[in-house]
Amino acid sequence: MVKKHGRRVDVLAKITGKAQYTNDMSFPHMLYASTVRCPNPHAKIISIEREQAEQYPGVVMVITADNIPGIPSQYKQKPILVPEVVRYEGEGVALVVAKSKVIAAEAAKLVKVIYDELPAVTSAEAALGKNAQKIYDDGNLLCKYKAGKGNVEEGFKKADHIFEKEYRTQRVDHTPLETEAAIAVPTTEGMTVYAPTNDAYKARLLIAETLGLRENQVRFITPAIGGSFGAKNYDAGVIGARSALAAMLTGKPVKMVFTREESMIEGTKRHPYICKYKVGVTKAGRITAMEIDLIGDGGAYLSKSHPVATRTLIEASGPYNIDNVKSKVTLAFTNNTYSDAMRGFGSPQVDFASEVLLDEIACELGFDPLEFKKMNHIKENDISGVGQVMTDVSLGKCVAEAEKASNWKERKAELASERNKGGSKVKGIGFALIHRGEAFGAAGQGIDTAEVQLLVNNDGGITILSSMADVGMGGHTMMVNVIMETLGVKRERVVMAPVDTSYVPNSGPSSATRGTMVIGNAARLAAEEVKDKLAAIAADVLGVLKEELVFKNEQIYSPGKADEHVNYQDMINEIFARGQTPSGRGWYTVSGLDWDRANGFGEAYLSYAYGAAVTEVEVDLETGQVSVDKFIAVHDVGHAFDKSEVIGQINGGVSMAVGMALFEDVDSKIGHIKNTNFDKYLIPTSLDMPEMNSIVVEVPTKTGPFGARGLGEPTACTAAPAIINAIYDATGIRIRELPANLETMMEELKNSRNKTDLN
Amino acid sequence: MNKINVNMIVNGEVVSILVEPNARLLDTLRDNLELTGTKEGCGVGECGACTVIVDGEAVNSCMILAASMEGKVIETIEGLGGDNGELHILQEKFIEHSALQCGFCTPGLVMSAKAFLDVNDKPTREEIKTAISGNLCRCTGYSQIVDAIEDAAKDYYVYDVCRVKK
Ligand code: FES
Ligand code: FES
Repeated sequence: MVKKHGRRVDVLAKITGKAQYTNDMSFPHMLYASTVRCPNPHAKIISIEREQAEQYPGVVMVITADNIPGIPSQYKQKPILVPEVVRYEGEGVALVVAKSKVIAAEAAKLVKVIYDELPAVTSAEAALGKNAQKIYDDGNLLCKYKAGKGNVEEGFKKADHIFEKEYRTQRVDHTPLETEAAIAVPTTEGMTVYAPTNDAYKARLLIAETLGLRENQVRFITPAIGGSFGAKNYDAGVIGARSALAAMLTGKPVKMVFTREESMIEGTKRHPYICKYKVGVTKAGRITAMEIDLIGDGGAYLSKSHPVATRTLIEASGPYNIDNVKSKVTLAFTNNTYSDAMRGFGSPQVDFASEVLLDEIACELGFDPLEFKKMNHIKENDISGVGQVMTDVSLGKCVAEAEKASNWKERKAELASERNKGGSKVKGIGFALIHRGEAFGAAGQGIDTAEVQLLVNNDGGITILSSMADVGMGGHTMMVNVIMETLGVKRERVVMAPVDTSYVPNSGPSSATRGTMVIGNAARLAAEEVKDKLAAIAADVLGVLKEELVFKNEQIYSPGKADEHVNYQDMINEIFARGQTPSGRGWYTVSGLDWDRANGFGEAYLSYAYGAAVTEVEVDLETGQVSVDKFIAVHDVGHAFDKSEVIGQINGGVSMAVGMALFEDVDSKIGHIKNTNFDKYLIPTSLDMPEMNSIVVEVPTKTGPFGARGLGEPTACTAAPAIINAIYDATGIRIRELPANLETMMEELKNSRNKTDLN
Repeated sequence: MNKINVNMIVNGEVVSILVEPNARLLDTLRDNLELTGTKEGCGVGECGACTVIVDGEAVNSCMILAASMEGKVIETIEGLGGDNGELHILQEKFIEHSALQCGFCTPGLVMSAKAFLDVNDKPTREEIKTAISGNLCRCTGYSQIVDAIEDAAKDYYVYDVCRVKK
């Protein structure tokens, strides 16, 4: 017998290799498609010669944008195939459909495209410059927002010290281990597409637009997903639409799977940011004013740049109590791969900047960085940088846990005295603190909604219908837990329906850490509806008020009369006997936030997640190698449905941020990406990861289901600044541009040696 | 090109198959033998998602030609566990320690861990980390994977890997 574990709902299939990911599936008569890509970052297509490829044995068809029956894209969104102007290197201009993947890839090389090369703009600063080459007719400005409160000029007057600093973050690839993949199967009604995505309904919309079909003629099914971290949003729609286009035109099932190189060249990336700060601080260490100027590189197309920009704007002043804040953010179009959400949705960029900034200020003014942040961080009912009254604030608790677990003061002193002994390797300790708005928040009102349905059978079994993608973060398990806790039923009763847009309602994307808060709440409301129906009957039978009833361990009772109870199954039987249905539906929407969009002031998010981290690093002064020895990550999750899973989320988020801090950097200075596979684009291995001490804090919020706060993204926000601050503690070297890779470290170590030699 | 006939033992069964001279073991397992538990994450020998065990050693099947497998004993994730569906101790422990999230790296990691534990009965944490350092995981941060392998090592016994089922 297979042993039952009270763990994630999908593990058995995954651990035995039976889970079906898209590339594991095949269909009779299936064809394979390969993408023809532009080798220039900016070019006009003059002509596409397909004959040679068409004549290659085994090739079925060559497809270009002209063959698209619907539209290639909405305005300024990435086209499925480029009709006229290529805006970044690696964009698809044609498809070759063939009998095997090898033939498709070989023949793709035979499609000759003549281009008229245009000058390329490959940095946000250059794109916003006066005479920059225009990427769109109306210029290169993607968006511009401002926010703040108080009067910074007055604030600076009250300061004894003024600091001006600049920080830069790099372009990072999500690199889920599974690359983009899709299979499209033509049906009599329209098209069925299998592909891994965070957002099945959005991907379906894109496919319907491409094919010129109504949305409900496209059936989108999400098989097992091999990770996303934001990579399988718009990108999934693109590959899904390409395979669907090929399937429609050939009348056969068509599979497309990107190689790692294709994924690196064409897939979305994290927005690179330049963060400029001016800060006023008093002698006593109070921050009086902060002025922030953020510039982000949106790449060639829109994607979700607007909400990413808004989030960075709102969170850039950090979790601190500052009377006067003025911030602005400008995003530019460039001829780089388009930027999109990546685990953190903008937060890691500004958290890096603000957390290193405050560390610098503390060190320069002679404060202990942790004490300095403690003194300045937001407490209950304080006002955020954009004027929001902050409630359920657990920063104090997070700091206390981190301080205790790290033994901060003693360790800092110990490491300092160790360093005094000399040696070629030095150790240091660093701290970081974060706040992070949950879900899309004010900027996403109207789209931040979710529907979940519960199908309840005669035997009391419950099937959850939801389009929520479980990209690996255990979102499905979270929903099962919400249902179990609301109805007091055994885990075995609850199953997840497969994500299939023909049957399940739209729960919105798994992004921005909205799963727990928004979708979890819709699941709770659906369960409440079921509960309500059962309670009405139970109250009748027990002769008590329905509001008094408790649902626990498959029993329903009033706490006052605990010996008199009815059981869940009997109530299910009774409800069917009365000719009614116990099934339920939940709809949750983030609304009612009072946000002044023009001035960036007011209630930005319904709730926030908080976290703190302490890390110890060792720097090899001869090689520049930084190793992370210890990492303490404290996160307030409000309510942990499963501690071991929560710890897994924390560890995973930290590893992604270790990569961002120390190695990951998409090398694309001139719009041409050089590191396209794991031999050159390094992500952390088991040897790069420290021993983790992940600490779960549970201070419930009023908004999440059972008080739970989202967790996926905050975990990726603390490590980069904590590590960079620890490097400073170890070496006195302040890294302001990520990553702190070997070259950067060697360079900085050389500079600092030169400086000491001069002195 | 002339196809080559290869005889090998895959998960305890004798397999005789014609392969293209340039066919990768990975594709032969996935496409011809329908053993899709073995994954492709990079195709260049850098991620370990395609790890299988050949004659007791963990290898990247994307870097090996199927034609070179004559007479070899190959184990994949599908061959783990017993005949009646019980899990291998590593699989048990991976579940117990939440050592998988998206699961795409998991078959490769489990196979690397198995090859390692088959010959190391009392490994240290550092040895475990080194043994799996060729397997990338983007989701878990590795910590719980190391915990799972360390825990599995405690009750580990070497399964009869070479047994040939009828
Ligand atoms: S697919 Fe073989 S090592 Fe990555
Ligand atoms: S569990 Fe997703 S890559 Fe390891």
